Amino acid sequence: MTAYIVRRLLYAIPILIGVNLLTFMLFFVVNSPDDMARMHLGQKRVTEEAIQSWKAERGYDRPLLYNAEADGLASLTDTILFQKSVKLFVFQFGSSDDGRDIGYDISQRMWPSLAIAVPVLLIGLAFNISYALFIVFFRATYVDIGSVVLLVAMMSISGLFYIIGGQFLIGKLWHLAPISGYDQGLNAWKFLILPVIVGVVAGIGSGTRWYRTLFLEEIGRDYVRTARAKGLSERVVLFRHVLRNALIPILTGVVVVLPLLFMGSLITESFFGIPGLGSYTIDAISNQDFAIVRAMVFLGAVLYILGLILTDISYTLVDPRVRLQ
Amino acid sequence: MFGLLVLALSGCGESAWNDPYPAADAEANVYYSSFAERPKHLDPARSYSSDEYAFLAQIYEPPLQYHFLLRPYRLVPLSAAEVPEPRYFDAAGHPLPEDAPVAAIDHSDYLIRIQPGIRFQPHPAFARADDGSYRYHALSPGDLKGINRLADFEATGTRELTAEDFAHQIKRLAAPWSHSPIAGLMREHIRGFGELADQLAGLESAGALERVAALRQASLSGVEVLDSRTLRIRLEGKYPQFQYWLAMPFFAPMPWEADVFYAQPGLAERNITLDWYPVGTGPYMLSENDPNRRMVLERNPNFHGESYPSEGMPENRDSGILNDAGRPIPFIDRAIYSLEKEDIPRWTKFLQGYYDASGISSDAFDQAVQIDASGEPILTEVMRERGISLLTSVEPSIFYMGFNMLDPVIGGDSERARLLRRAISIAVDFEEFISIFANGRGLVAQSPLPPGIFGHREGEAGINPFVYEWRNGRPERRSLDEAQVLMEQAGYPNGVDRETGRALSLNYEAVATGPDDRARLNWIRKQFAKLGIELVIRSTDYNRFQEKIRNGTGQVFMWGWNADYPDPENFLFLLYGPNGKVEHQGENASNYANPEFDRLFDAMKYMEDGPERQALIDQLVEIARRDAPWIWGFHPKSFSLHHRWLLNAHPNQMANNTLKYRRLDPEQRQAARRDWNPPILWPLWAAGGVLVLLVLPAWWMVRRRERSTAL
Repeated sequence: MTAYIVRRLLYAIPILIGVNLLTFMLFFVVNSPDDMARMHLGQKRVTEEAIQSWKAERGYDRPLLYNAEADGLASLTDTILFQKSVKLFVFQFGSSDDGRDIGYDISQRMWPSLAIAVPVLLIGLAFNISYALFIVFFRATYVDIGSVVLLVAMMSISGLFYIIGGQFLIGKLWHLAPISGYDQGLNAWKFLILPVIVGVVAGIGSGTRWYRTLFLEEIGRDYVRTARAKGLSERVVLFRHVLRNALIPILTGVVVVLPLLFMGSLITESFFGIPGLGSYTIDAISNQDFAIVRAMVFLGAVLYILGLILTDISYTLVDPRVRLQ
Repeated sequence: MFGLLVLALSGCGESAWNDPYPAADAEANVYYSSFAERPKHLDPARSYSSDEYAFLAQIYEPPLQYHFLLRPYRLVPLSAAEVPEPRYFDAAGHPLPEDAPVAAIDHSDYLIRIQPGIRFQPHPAFARADDGSYRYHALSPGDLKGINRLADFEATGTRELTAEDFAHQIKRLAAPWSHSPIAGLMREHIRGFGELADQLAGLESAGALERVAALRQASLSGVEVLDSRTLRIRLEGKYPQFQYWLAMPFFAPMPWEADVFYAQPGLAERNITLDWYPVGTGPYMLSENDPNRRMVLERNPNFHGESYPSEGMPENRDSGILNDAGRPIPFIDRAIYSLEKEDIPRWTKFLQGYYDASGISSDAFDQAVQIDASGEPILTEVMRERGISLLTSVEPSIFYMGFNMLDPVIGGDSERARLLRRAISIAVDFEEFISIFANGRGLVAQSPLPPGIFGHREGEAGINPFVYEWRNGRPERRSLDEAQVLMEQAGYPNGVDRETGRALSLNYEAVATGPDDRARLNWIRKQFAKLGIELVIRSTDYNRFQEKIRNGTGQVFMWGWNADYPDPENFLFLLYGPNGKVEHQGENASNYANPEFDRLFDAMKYMEDGPERQALIDQLVEIARRDAPWIWGFHPKSFSLHHRWLLNAHPNQMANNTLKYRRLDPEQRQAARRDWNPPILWPLWAAGGVLVLLVLPAWWMVRRRERSTAL
């Protein structure tokens, strides 16, 4: 398995180079270093000297991809692409364009993101699996049909609607929780209630539908028929046999998103005023802060690759037939 | 899940369940507000936006400030002992009278005397060791272990403000690494500023400590420290607007100790910089800077003290705004500003009593404000019942539709183009624009000068006769028929170009990001269509839009200006030829250039307010109206709401340091919060009931199914 993991990690390098290159190209198609300087220097009384000075201070005065004035290898290394990218591969994110240390900011801001994402994942998982098993128990009855209609309706509603609806009902109308905000440490719990409820409810439609499908697929298999023939109760069949065998796809879906929980949710964090990594990324895009955008996209790609590797490893844990070579 | 919610929140004690603040602060003398955009810079040499001034102005004290109540806006001393009067000299150094011709004035001196007894806020940069040396001015990597915030430094110190601190800050403005937006402007005015900037430019690649050392040693010939409390600033020629700059944070004192402290290796890597942790002498200091969550201002224990103003306008006598006259300020102990990016939670929290004041978003406007029979905005019944008050004032700003005067079709000095621009000026109905897109929060502009700025004229004398006529005691927009006549005279009868026989087509440069923009752009297209002009909307991102304006490749666009100071020069310079965007990278976005206008502007800009200046401004405005490089657009009106427990709220569009005047009644606020936010529990019980009703029959069915036989 070690050889497999090492091989997968080595495969990751060209992927990360590609992601970095793509981010670079897309960003600089829309924004030039001059635009970035203007954004940071403000709108009024900005002189050309100030722009040049800002660019020189942050290394944006180099050519983007190829330095025709440099000789040899320097023509490739003395460029914005190389200078701004190479340190990413050793996880040195450097400073944002307004001078703050990105690594420190990420380490501070990932906790609020996790504080929402982890409870949403765990509670959502527990609720959705329970509800899916309940539906499967009553399959082909009015409970099943009614639930599927409800779930499809819930899937069809925009996530933004859940956020605004949740804020309106729970925060504004019923005064049950603060409508937005965040606090540090344990004092944060009060602010997590509403986004966690909204996150769980917003995920019920698609989550439960997905698990219902998995369970229905399993329930038609031979081993289930055998279990029933042995005289086991439907409850035991569902929980001991169907659920355990359906764990493989469930685990696949969960493990792959685990690393991405760090990245936070763009919309939720913005609406609830959560100072997580989602809002960090959104702010960076609107402020044309290439250093942060680049770091966050790179981190997202690394975490996604990590998630895929973890998924592969988790297969071997839940299914003894799978071996990584 | 709901059970969890009940259990968790029922432990909230006295506070409402939805109270976002700790219960311990329930009746504390704390002001609560919000901010939507995190401040980018808190270095006074660099900061130049209202978002940043909302904090900086409470922390730093430049020499002057605007009087809180008196109108027109008047400068009064802040850290200076009095408002400095400029003294003029000829080239030989002989004093000249106040009314000396501008050409005769070689330089002007501003003597700034500083109030005694002003001390800086507690800060580690001033902390001393037992031997008297600065404790934190030679930090080693080991010293920085465990240091992540400024508050992690154990010791703080202070010292008295001196004239040297002002001189140091002015030198910082010249340093290229400060990126001060006014460096270019000050280069033109402060003697020796350009030379110092050029001298310091060679140090851009040097280390931070080396730069600070060089800055301290460098001399600026136009700034002389006469003694510890007196500073003389020498300007080239005459520049009376300089006094207004002395009321902005750019000229706030900066202790050299702070510069040295922050320049040490390892601090910037820990995000401990002057741009993040200000060092001021004002009534408040920034005790928490987490702009991703909240920013907290706390009373500065070293504040020198100031009194609430005793003078006001006649209408202030009965309004209660002078009730605290002469009392020591500030009144509020702490101010907490929370980040709220979205309008809905911000507005809801205001209505719940968790913010003391609020603006009004477009979505909430109808809920808060209605227009009475006389056209005046008044609060709705719901707002009045809560004791909320509304304050409105016209901002010293202008939003206008500009024509690119370099364009061969719409621009230029030809009579044809002039008539075309005037016809369009009549057709674009900005009254309707304000009504539809600004909820009526604006005043149609008749010239570049907003009300409250010297030179602005009210009533019939103030209307733009090319677009309006005075009827029934008010300005009325000229008819479309008149605009069509102008179109015909310009060679475009019914919008058809007589030369080509095709409909006139113009390009409108826009930054469009959402559905609201589409409605606005459609409206603009329809305005031009009234004259048969086909308007092509060229929508793009903000970067490309700016590029087009910089390069002069657009034809028609919307633009705005927010005044730096309340002087007509700061608006009319937007039409000054040598300030053109394309040729001179100035703020004249329409690239208007009229030699007569420029000559009159040169004569007017340094003049004292008075009839002579008014006459020149009238001429300038008349020329600009005739040439119509802009459709004058509108001056926005700011609307702000205040709860009844927030006292001494008064609109002042120039002063940003008004937090110190505000007073709170926290007990009244807490009582209102309790009344307005009782937890509504029936939904929880209902949800629980529904759950039971679903689970019990299901459980019964499960059991029945399990116990039933196969046949």
